[in-house]
Amino acid sequence: MRVTVKLFASYRELAGAAETSLEIPDGSTVQEAWGELCRIWPALAAQPYRPLTACNLRHVPAGHRLREGDELALLPPVSGG
Amino acid sequence: MSAAEGRPGDIVRVGPEPIDAGVLAAALRTDASGAIASFAGVVRDHHQGRRVSHLIYEAYPPMAESELRRIVDEARGRWPVQRMAIVHRTGRLAVGETSVAVVVACAHRRAALEACSFAIEELKRSVPIWKKEFSDTGEEWILGDPSSPC
Repeated sequence: MRVTVKLFASYRELAGAAETSLEIPDGSTVQEAWGELCRIWPALAAQPYRPLTACNLRHVPAGHRLREGDELALLPPVSGG
Repeated sequence: MSAAEGRPGDIVRVGPEPIDAGVLAAALRTDASGAIASFAGVVRDHHQGRRVSHLIYEAYPPMAESELRRIVDEARGRWPVQRMAIVHRTGRLAVGETSVAVVVACAHRRAALEACSFAIEELKRSVPIWKKEFSDTGEEWILGDPSSPC
């Protein structure tokens, strides 16, 4: 299946991309998608922090199962305000 | 700009326009309002010993606005809020400019003050917005508390 991945702030800069389309096996979790993204861009995994993740604009835990066409977002620790 | 209104009279916005907390307060007030509490976050010239020249804010606007509407809803569930505004700016901000404003109109002061404090703390915890700091030592993304908002 294919999902859209959005990258923000430090992740966007490390990957050199704000958005990508990712092909992953049906039923993959957010954690498995993150693992695939770290294979594509090892710099993501080298950071001393882990991403918060959102699916279709809602915070989701690492075990959340993705579906075809989902929008997965990788969020560094937020620092608004 | 992307703007989103939940209830009529509430204001939720994430975008590049300058923020004027006074204008927001005037827009929120009704004749039933006895207390208008407001918080403004402002860019300061120092951070952890560094001299800061400016900040750049990046957001995930549709999710940020969705999270801000959730915060407004939660505040209204806990306090008798009449109207509420949460506005966050994006892009480049100079020292002294307002990055975020929370304004709450209520009948009485305690509810207004508590709802205002709740909203800015929740914003800093869960809303997908990031700041990059430009200082005399270079540039870096500022990391918030990494505890999960899930």
